[in-house]
Amino acid sequence: MAYSNKVIDHYENPRNVGSFAKDDPTVATGMVGAPACGDVMKLQIKVNEQGIIEDAKFKTYGCGSAIASSSLVTEWVKGKTLDEAQQIKNTDIAQELALPPVKIHCSILAEDAIKAAIADYKQKQGS
Amino acid sequence: MNYFQLFDLPEQFELDLTELGSRYLALQKRFHPDNFAAGSERDRLLSVQQTANINDAYHSLKQPLLRAEHLLALRGLKISNEQRSFTEPAFLMQQMELREQLAEVPEQTDPEQAIADIEQQLLKQRKLLQNALSQALSARTTEQNQLAAELVRKLKFFYKLQQELELIEQQLQD
Repeated sequence: MAYSNKVIDHYENPRNVGSFAKDDPTVATGMVGAPACGDVMKLQIKVNEQGIIEDAKFKTYGCGSAIASSSLVTEWVKGKTLDEAQQIKNTDIAQELALPPVKIHCSILAEDAIKAAIADYKQKQGS
Repeated sequence: MNYFQLFDLPEQFELDLTELGSRYLALQKRFHPDNFAAGSERDRLLSVQQTANINDAYHSLKQPLLRAEHLLALRGLKISNEQRSFTEPAFLMQQMELREQLAEVPEQTDPEQAIADIEQQLLKQRKLLQNALSQALSARTTEQNQLAAELVRKLKFFYKLQQELELIEQQLQD
């Protein structure tokens, strides 16, 4: 299967790979996995007092499309409010990366990861 | 199609694989397209179709995860090809850690020992999950079927880990 140039770019130069300290109260973590392919994705966000995502990091074990999808999402969420980040749709990710139909689930995984991170943040803040 | 019925085997997770193998061979022989070479076109097509079904059925029943999926599908719970994400944080964290351990294997002082240790761990976890799966599937209740589906999903991650482990093992040998 041929990957698009954007997928290859994110795969070869992934943005924001890594982890934040989990016990940092401004950090929230979203963990998701896809049983069908065994991919595992961790997406972390660092949120400031204004509720804006200041920074994001990810770690993904999976195919090139899964890595590219999570890499792209970490770029997109930076500077966004939680509500704005919540609006990110898998179809936007798939379109940006020109994912073929068999790889759409990778973009779903990335959308679910950011949603899980936001949910984790809200739970941490007790709201 | 009910694959258990095709082989005339009891509809359950615990399966005698030797018995499955011999029934597969017998059916294969009976429906082999060569037997129908002189038959009508319809018979020839049917035998080809039937042979394909027998092959699919055999491969699905032979492999424990596919067998469990087939059993669940027969009970109205279709989970093969599902696209929804798995979200249990503790389980995924453990998966992430195992992936990290695997990725670090080549830098260990004794990579072979490191990989053997991980393989032991994976084997142990798979056994635990598979025993739980067998138990859940034998209960035949909606609740236990749901639990079985969750266990199949978890086992899929462990099968993937095993594949990754074998890849690294091969790279070490090369």
